[in-house]
Amino acid sequence: MTDAREVVVTADGPVLITGPVEVVLPDGSRVRSDRPVTALCVCRRSRKAPFCDTSHRRKVRATEGADHDEETRAQPHRTAAR
Amino acid sequence: MLSRTAPPRVDPPPLPHVRGPLSAAVLAALRGEPALRADPAGADPYGDDLQLALYCCYELHYRGFAGVPDDREWAPGLLALRREIERVFEAALRRDVPAGDGSVDGVERELDGLLVEPVEGRGPSWHLRRDGELWQLREYVAHRSLYHLKEADPQAWVIARLDGPAKAALVTVEHDEYGAGDPDRMHARLFADMMDALGLSTAYGHYLDAATAATLAEVNFMSLCGLHRRLRGALIGQFATVELTSSPGSDRLVRAMRRLGCPEQAIAFYDEHIEADAVHEQIIRHGVIAPLLAAEPHLADDVVFGIRGSGFLGERFGDQVLDAWEQGRPTLRVPLPDAPALAGSTR
Repeated sequence: MTDAREVVVTADGPVLITGPVEVVLPDGSRVRSDRPVTALCVCRRSRKAPFCDTSHRRKVRATEGADHDEETRAQPHRTAAR
Repeated sequence: MLSRTAPPRVDPPPLPHVRGPLSAAVLAALRGEPALRADPAGADPYGDDLQLALYCCYELHYRGFAGVPDDREWAPGLLALRREIERVFEAALRRDVPAGDGSVDGVERELDGLLVEPVEGRGPSWHLRRDGELWQLREYVAHRSLYHLKEADPQAWVIARLDGPAKAALVTVEHDEYGAGDPDRMHARLFADMMDALGLSTAYGHYLDAATAATLAEVNFMSLCGLHRRLRGALIGQFATVELTSSPGSDRLVRAMRRLGCPEQAIAFYDEHIEADAVHEQIIRHGVIAPLLAAEPHLADDVVFGIRGSGFLGERFGDQVLDAWEQGRPTLRVPLPDAPALAGSTR
């Protein structure tokens, strides 16, 4: 008997699977991921389904007026898309 | 795995142009000319002169410069000057970002703060997604090339300073950044492919003279934290900030490029980062930071310094870029040919 594969369920986000995976979708099609670790979307909001694109993250709506500016500027670094 | 394409010749970039007394002193030392007096203490810590001087000192540890002997990397005079410049830069950052509370929980709260997405935020990627123009996208990519053409290299310095699970997890992320064994999938290579598709030069260091101090400061902060073992916690904080904020930002840039009708070769880089960094976020948080702070809890404040320092510098860059664009001004010191003509000075 081989060692069972570890599948990590994160508290707020995706399910992490180690090693290349082939995901079978409801219509029978298959999507392969060769990443060392694959993050599988379980919130069903991903636009990259079946893989996580961080769409599970909490969204905050900035309030109007002066607060708006303050709130968005107080966010610690939203701008550095790599 | 071998690349399907022949590896290009590696030519070190030419030395940049001087921006003030500090960069003049560093460039003179790089050329082997008689030493110039330079006093970093009075310089603007985020200014063009200091940031370019520091960038040139650090570049010796990466690819060097054409005509500069490799051994100058360890020239005592240059190292001493670099140390003085670094002190000024680090002291300014420590003054400008609040320190952590010394607790591991404080790091958790800091990370949680990075994981909340505003519905409508402010920053270059938000602007580009909404109504940015192609010349602005090209400028953004040219700025970013200072880091992305050596993507993951500054963070590789920290590998030797880690141990056990944190080291293994960090290498997992770095391995992915370097294409997981396939040179054609290296992120630096994907970035160069994007530059090519956008009509930009892919030559390493090509946009150094065009890059602003704010751009150089972000890369210098990575090199500073990467090269000093003392700052290993800050390097991890910096890396975490990039990996945690990258997915949504990359998604905005993909949408910007689709809106602007960019070719798929241009879109591949940021498209790859949406998915890759959703994974890296998890590995950095749970695989690197958690075991690092379990092993060395005294590094908590350094991790916070890395997060807040890179956030602060990222915001400065973003604000400068947006302010210029809102006024229809180019942000590069050497404007791209398709940027609007200058009404006055951009500096």
